This record gives sequence, structure tokens and C-alpha cells, in this order.
Amino acid sequence: MSTPFYVSPQQAMADRAEYARKGIARGRSLVVLQYADGIVFVGENPSRALHKFSEIYDRIGFAAAGKYNEYENLRIGGVRYADLRGYTYDRDDVTARGLANVYAQTLGTIFSSAAEKPYEVELIVAEVGETAEGDQIYRLPHDGSIVDEHGSVAVGGNPEQISTYLDREHRDGMTLAEALQLAVKALSRDPNGTQREIPADRLEVAVLDRTRPQKRKFKRIVGRQLARLLEADGGATEAETAEEPEESGEE
Amino acid sequence: MEANTRGTGRLPAAFLTPGSSSFMDFLSEHQPELLPGNRQLPPTQGVIEAPHGTTIVAVTFPGGVVLAGDRRATMGNIIAQRDIEKVFPADEYSAVGIAGTAGLAVEMVKLFQLELEHFEKVEGAQLSLEGKANRLSTMIRSNLGMAMQGLAVVPLFAGYDLDREKGRIFSYDVTGGRSEEHNFAATGSGSIFARGAMKKLFRDDLTEEQATTLVVQALYDAADDDSATGGPDVARRIYPIITVITEDGFRRLTEDESSELSRAVLQRRLEEPDGPKAALL
Repeated sequence: MSTPFYVSPQQAMADRAEYARKGIARGRSLVVLQYADGIVFVGENPSRALHKFSEIYDRIGFAAAGKYNEYENLRIGGVRYADLRGYTYDRDDVTARGLANVYAQTLGTIFSSAAEKPYEVELIVAEVGETAEGDQIYRLPHDGSIVDEHGSVAVGGNPEQISTYLDREHRDGMTLAEALQLAVKALSRDPNGTQREIPADRLEVAVLDRTRPQKRKFKRIVGRQLARLLEADGGATEAETAEEPEESGEE
Repeated sequence: MEANTRGTGRLPAAFLTPGSSSFMDFLSEHQPELLPGNRQLPPTQGVIEAPHGTTIVAVTFPGGVVLAGDRRATMGNIIAQRDIEKVFPADEYSAVGIAGTAGLAVEMVKLFQLELEHFEKVEGAQLSLEGKANRLSTMIRSNLGMAMQGLAVVPLFAGYDLDREKGRIFSYDVTGGRSEEHNFAATGSGSIFARGAMKKLFRDDLTEEQATTLVVQALYDAADDDSATGGPDVARRIYPIITVITEDGFRRLTEDESSELSRAVLQRRLEEPDGPKAALL
């Protein structure tokens, strides 16, 4: 009879964490930034249909890096959780904090259960407040921990370098165009310091815009509006974007 | 399982199981007791007394559709509420107005709105207008048991069809039977009178403003002849709820706009109590 190898719990956890991190690092990075009127999500995504960012509930958005089928599952779970909670109680009772806790529990249980493979995902749950002080951004790594973030956050392939750059460049009260351009600049920096070009049609951009009159604040930014924001030189663009008709619709 | 949706535990397996994009399907598997249709009613004698919503009207115009309702809810011969809201946005491009048992109807609308929103979030695309209308049909059908006990809900559904580029109206019966209405439609106790008024006033080339005036005229006529329908209440400043759905989406007229329309109609009725006259031939 063969004796099973002894693996210390520390080693087992370290192996699982490395497995998950490697999976996440294979994907491209994405960033989430606060700007004057809300929160903007920016990522490189060649697909028009398979989104990295999406709406969970009125003021809550979701972003994910890593394995698509795994985070898609979590996203739909989150939508179900939020809709059921809002239906049972009230729409105001659905909060990013509550959702982040549920995700953390879910990811944490999967990560520490020997029977399951750890999820190779890193999530961001963001809620736009009435004012910038009320904005909440939670980062959820693969192991189920929660990090409460402010200002800017990057996840995915190469987060440290991008985060450092964003921490240096990001400031409160940027316009949407400024925040978007900063995000694109951060994403297009290669680890060796060179800049590459990310064309607009490879960008996925969405916002949680607190100035939207609707209850649902999530909106994708595509096409002409995106092109205009990328070209705009900061300050003068705010009024223009606010008036933009819903050409993107609720795709 | 239930505790998990209320506490902060791990998402239950049902939440992470790939499945339908319908919130109602999810509820019926996960928490069926929350679905209105699954409610068991004890056998009762006679009709259950509950507030009833009365008249809803809708009319199309080139470029969109108008859906409007009066503000009265009645319970037998009592006015239960003077300022009830019976017209709601269903999503960005559609609205639903409800006549019948107010409590159940409002609950149905809430679930219907959620159903459309849930689908949109999960799939990343909106249902077709036809799909939305069919979904409402299913919900009314699930209420048939209660409808048989006198708790019927009869909605009117209107929306802008982005594919066909026009406003469309769907009416329903208590069994969930659905029919598309052309030009105009009405439901509820005052609907017979409202329909008569709209038949005489409708034209193919109405502007948006004319269409909103038309529904106020129709609601006035309904209130004129049906005691359960409320007319514009100038003293209390309660005016009909009027919504317009066009290519630009759903818009509810502000209280000022609605009051201005109602006052203009009232003013004319002081001179001509029976309203505008249609040509005899």
C-alpha cells in the first residue's frame, strides 16, 4: 500500500494561489478609476460581445479579469443575488458592500475547498454614490479577500506596474475624458517601459455615471462617443458627454 | 438556502448554476413561494373586496405611442384612492398600465419590470417588444386562479418597437390572451366610453401633442360616464398620468404638462360639455 505524500497546508495553499495567479496573469489588465461624475471601467477587449464589465444593479457595476466562464458565472450569480434581494426588500437595500461580501465568501470557500479547483479570477465590484465621497470600489482577489480601494485600481496581467503609474497620475475630480485617457495610457505601457498603441475598437469602456437621470447608472461607451472622449483635451468635454444621446443603448 | 440571500454567506449553488435568463424561472426553482402566481387562496364566499384600478388608454402616433391612466381606485361604490398610479415604465422602451385589482397589479408590474431588467443584464441585450408582450401574457396566465375569484388583473402594454420603428399596443384578457391593437386601445371599467371617444378623435397623422390631448379627452369621457373613473381633480391638483414612448425612450409628462393639458380640455368642456364634435360624414 502506498503512503500518500504529505503536503503541508502552507504549501498546498501557496500552490493553489500560484495556480490562480498564473491563470489571471494570462489575461490583459483592466483598470477602474473614479472621475468627477462617477466611476469609469477601461480594459482592452477585442470582443464586442463577451464583456469584462457589466451592470449588476442600479448603482453597482462589475469588472473581472481571468477566466471568462468562471467570472461570467459569478456575474450572473451576482445579478440573481441583487435582483432577488431588491425584489424581497427594496432597491436601496442592494449594496456593493453586501455583494462584495457574498463574492468574497464564495471565492474564499472555493479557494480553500480541496475538492474544487480555485477560480482563476479577480473581480471588482464598484458602486457609484451621490457624491464622489460615496463611491465604493472593492477588489476581490482569487482567494476571497476583500480590498477596499480608492481612486484607481488595476487587476489582471500586470497590475503592480499599472497601479503604481495610476497612483502617481490619478487625482480626484478628473473629467471623464481625462480619466479615460489616463487609463488607456496606463494600459498601453509595456513592462519594459515602451508604449504600444491600443486602437479604440479594442477598448471596452463603461461608466457608472451619477448624473444619469435614470435609476440605472451603468452605461457602455462605444463608437463616436468613445472616439470623441479619446481625442478630447480634458476639461471642455464634460457638458458634451452629458448630452450624448443613448446611442450605445443598454447593450 | 433562503438565509443565504439575506445574510452574507456564500452564493447558493442555484445562483451559480447556468440556466435561464428569466428571473421568474429562477424564482420558481429557488424560492417559488415568492411568485405571486403560486399563492394559495383559501376558498371564499363571494367576491373579495379590494381596491380596483379603472381606466387605462393608449394611442399610437407616427413616431411613438402614448399610454395614460386616470387616478382613481374604487372598492365597491367607495373611492379607495384618488391619486393612485396605474401607469408604469416597464423598461426604457415600454410601459404598462393596469386595470383590475390594484394590489396584485402593482405586484405584477414590479415583477414584470424586474423580469425585463434581469434578462437585459444577463443576456446583454433587450428582449424584442413581442417577447416582452408574451412574457406579460405568461404572468397574467399564472394569476388565473385569483382572477376566477374576482381578483383579475388586466394590463395594457405599449412600447416602441425598435425593429419596426413604430409604437405598438397590446391588450390582454384575464386568461392571458394577448392581442395587438391598432391605433388605440383601452382597458378597465371606463374603457367602453374611452374607446368611443378615441374612435371619433383618432387620425393617422397625430402629432405627439395631439395624441396626449386625445388621451385626456378620452379619459374625460370615461370619467363622464363611468362612476369608477376619476376625472381631472382641479381642486386637489390630481391629473392623469400620461406617458410617451418614442425612439428616445420612455418619458412621463411632468405634473405641469399634465395639468396644462387637463385644464385646456376642461376649459373647452365648459363651453361644450360633450367635447369636440366629429364630422357626420
